[in-house]
Amino acid sequence: MSLGMSLETTMLLALATPLAGSVGIALVGNRQANLREAVTLLTAVTLFALVASLFPAIMDGARPTLTLGEMLPGLPIQFTLEPLGMTFAGVASFLWIVNSLYSIGYMRANKEMNQTRFYVCFAIALASTIGVAFAGNMLTLFICYEVLTICTYPLVAHAGTDLAKRNARIYLGILLTTSIGLQLLAILGTWVYAGTLDFRDGGIMAGAVEGPVAAILLFLYMYGIGKAAIMPVHRWLPAAMVAPTPVSALLHAVAVVKAGVFTVLKVVVYLFGIDYLTEWVNSDWLFYVAGFTILAASTIALRQNNLKRMLAYSTVSQLSYVVMATAILAPLSIVGAALHIVAHAFGKITLFFAAGSIYTAAHKTEINQLDGIGRRMPWTMGAFAIGALSMIGIPPTAGFISKWYILNGAMDAGHMAAVAVIIISALLNAGYFLPIVYAAFFKKPSADKADDHGEAPWPMVVALTVTAAGTILLFLFPEVFIDLAQQLI
Amino acid sequence: MIASQLPILQVIVPLIAAPLVLLLRRSGAAWALTLLVTWSMFAIALVLLAQVMDGGVLYYRIGGWAAPWGIEYRLDQVGALVLVIVSGIGSVVIAYARASVEREIDSERIYLFYCMYLLCLTGLLGIAITGDVFNLFVFLEISSLSSYVLIALGRNRRALTAAYRYLIMGTIGATFYIIGVGLMYMQTGTLNIDDLATLIPAVADSRTIHAALAFLTVGICLKLALFPLHMWLPNAYAFAPSVVTAFLAATATKVAVYILIRIVFTVFGGVDVFAVVPLVQEALMGLALIGVFAASSVAIYQNDIKRMLAYSSVAQIGYIILGISLASSTGLTGGIIHLFNHALMKCTLFLAMGAVFMQAGGVSIRHMQGIGKTMPWTMAAFVIGGLSLIGVPLTVGFISKWYLILGVLEKGMWPVAGLVVLGSLLAVIYIWRVIEAAYFKDPSNDTITEAPLSMLAPMWVMALASVYFGIDATRTLDIATSAAQTLLGGGAP
Repeated sequence: MSLGMSLETTMLLALATPLAGSVGIALVGNRQANLREAVTLLTAVTLFALVASLFPAIMDGARPTLTLGEMLPGLPIQFTLEPLGMTFAGVASFLWIVNSLYSIGYMRANKEMNQTRFYVCFAIALASTIGVAFAGNMLTLFICYEVLTICTYPLVAHAGTDLAKRNARIYLGILLTTSIGLQLLAILGTWVYAGTLDFRDGGIMAGAVEGPVAAILLFLYMYGIGKAAIMPVHRWLPAAMVAPTPVSALLHAVAVVKAGVFTVLKVVVYLFGIDYLTEWVNSDWLFYVAGFTILAASTIALRQNNLKRMLAYSTVSQLSYVVMATAILAPLSIVGAALHIVAHAFGKITLFFAAGSIYTAAHKTEINQLDGIGRRMPWTMGAFAIGALSMIGIPPTAGFISKWYILNGAMDAGHMAAVAVIIISALLNAGYFLPIVYAAFFKKPSADKADDHGEAPWPMVVALTVTAAGTILLFLFPEVFIDLAQQLI
Repeated sequence: MIASQLPILQVIVPLIAAPLVLLLRRSGAAWALTLLVTWSMFAIALVLLAQVMDGGVLYYRIGGWAAPWGIEYRLDQVGALVLVIVSGIGSVVIAYARASVEREIDSERIYLFYCMYLLCLTGLLGIAITGDVFNLFVFLEISSLSSYVLIALGRNRRALTAAYRYLIMGTIGATFYIIGVGLMYMQTGTLNIDDLATLIPAVADSRTIHAALAFLTVGICLKLALFPLHMWLPNAYAFAPSVVTAFLAATATKVAVYILIRIVFTVFGGVDVFAVVPLVQEALMGLALIGVFAASSVAIYQNDIKRMLAYSSVAQIGYIILGISLASSTGLTGGIIHLFNHALMKCTLFLAMGAVFMQAGGVSIRHMQGIGKTMPWTMAAFVIGGLSLIGVPLTVGFISKWYLILGVLEKGMWPVAGLVVLGSLLAVIYIWRVIEAAYFKDPSNDTITEAPLSMLAPMWVMALASVYFGIDATRTLDIATSAAQTLLGGGAP
């Protein structure tokens, strides 16, 4: 699908579309809510069409580069599209369409305030996500990363209550502290020692940076990328759950957190280079920290009663799969890491959609209130079940494919500890997801007249059905993403 | 013909305009004349900067008398940049001043404000352009005396004590400076900066010159409010009329930093000050860092936002001094670029506070509640300035931080780099208190409306400039880098 434009122009348009959309949304404003929502949907569809039209060329090996002027001497704002960025941009822009549909249902049914601000910030968040995905050097990525932090702050603080403000403060505090305090230092260190910040195949550190310095830089990067939520800098993610559910669904299960692990992958593959890391830097600690995060977060999730908090800790755990798979440094596990970004995106957004739809239809937020709810909300809980299976990694869901690759990579590298972590974690996942599915479908509902409800509004049901179907389709037809991911190694 | 006279016009025009304002008396006419003069000075400063960037250091002999007998004006890149900062900020502030001054200064005294404003401008511009250390002292006194008056014009009675305190501290600073100049004159017999630069290396090891350097440094550090010599600054900024605060915060301390740079790198350019006199470098760097942390921490606990921003200024001065104390090309570039960048962001912030003061009747955190709803444009400008202060990418603050940390890392000082970023995180805390109050609290008073366009426009010129120069920093960095190289290369043995 070519739109008859050069690849660079298409990239520029893809970056500009959500920004233009946010202006449009702001101009239309509250007075014409229908028109405003139409602008959001139109923007989302246009963005996806633009991103999708880039796909064939990237598959053929094209690496279009777009330079938007020089910010600092020798350091341009530059975007270069490569397979990993293509994957991330594709997933985020597709899910934005679905999420916009869902948002409309959710925000109206719950009569949320400040909806214009909500949609404006959302569009800016998507623009910066695409910027992260397209970034051609670390400076550009960092800028988009910071914009993403700041424009999502109003979304987290949306409710404006004391609780929302406190949590938004934690959110902003941790993300800014890590990024300015550690990541910026790492970037400056890279610039001083390596003399460039470009993402290059095979990395930029080889021959320029000595092992001990590289080890410090690796540490600063990994904890500086707070959005990847490895422990102990994960606290912002549960805190962010105070936001309206569409925000949790698209931003804190897909765009923001994936921007984190995406950056981890970019840094490891294109800044350090896998060979360089294997040979010169002791990166075992990263593997252990990620493994610990997977198990610890799952254990915490097991003890949660609030559905969204449980999902947040599950996200923390799943993100560390990507980090751990990256830290194994085996080719297959890198492919698995890239695939897991996609698989987890579809699965987790489905779960959040379901949580939001339960909240909207039944006003329930706690896990122990969900007995028998599957009978009243079959679509919602059916989708929830599929999402849950994908988290555990059971066929026929996308989670199986990515875990399979990570597992194979770990075996190849002889990393038995990784294999153990993956298996134990799958059991833990089953331990907190399956009881919910069981209770929803097989337990008797409590005799409460508040239970007199049906499904959520139709836009929400359509949205969660689409993402649940996507989770299964990804299992059946994973080739596209596997081909993209294999170009990484 | 006139083009060759630009350096003297830069100083003489506002000096002549000041008494004219006294004669005019009517506030509207006074404002118009001041505006005209300030904008012309900005135009001249831009031309001078272009000339210096093209042709290198510019000399101008007053009355045709050759230095060192006559007074010589000497303009290099850093001086030209300071001229642009001072006159540029002056131009923006004066456009804003009309509405704000009418509200904050008694009407029968308004013409005094414009007169003093022009004198202050004269002094600040003169400092940056002169090539004579005694002439510099004269301009320093002109700017100081006029700024005491400007601060005392505030309606709040405490402005008087604040101005008095500033007067005492400023006079001590100026006296120290002139003692230092006297000692140098004793040893070299000259007051011309270039002459001093050639003559000082021969006598650099004498105790007299060491004493001179000590007096000069301490005196100037008083004027530029380096921690712990900053005590005069918070009250002066908090109680002065908003326009005065915006103008002084963006220019006066910057010009004092310029004097420090001029003394250390030009007058003492022939000797490596930091190598000859032990501990100066460490002391400056240490005080700069302590200043960043102490002042930022105090800023967090301020209820009056103007005071909070004043403490933040002390912290930002710390960053500038840190850059200078590195004495490397990158570090000095970072310090100089931060002169410019900090002027932009602080001016934005204080102008926004001036608008809030005018519409809401005060600038304590209580007055800020709900301002995001009632004064959206003002508050949006404040957010841009605040983000810049934190050093978020796409703002000028990020560029400064980038260069400062780069300079630190080039010297392999990782812990110091860590401290710099930590310091900027303290800014997150004090800025966010304001943002939360403004956007997530309900307005205490629904009758508050947005400020008039005459105030919003200058505010947004500053806000947009601090975004523009944060995205495309190549031009400003060219100037700063070339200034740093001239300074470092100028007198090196």
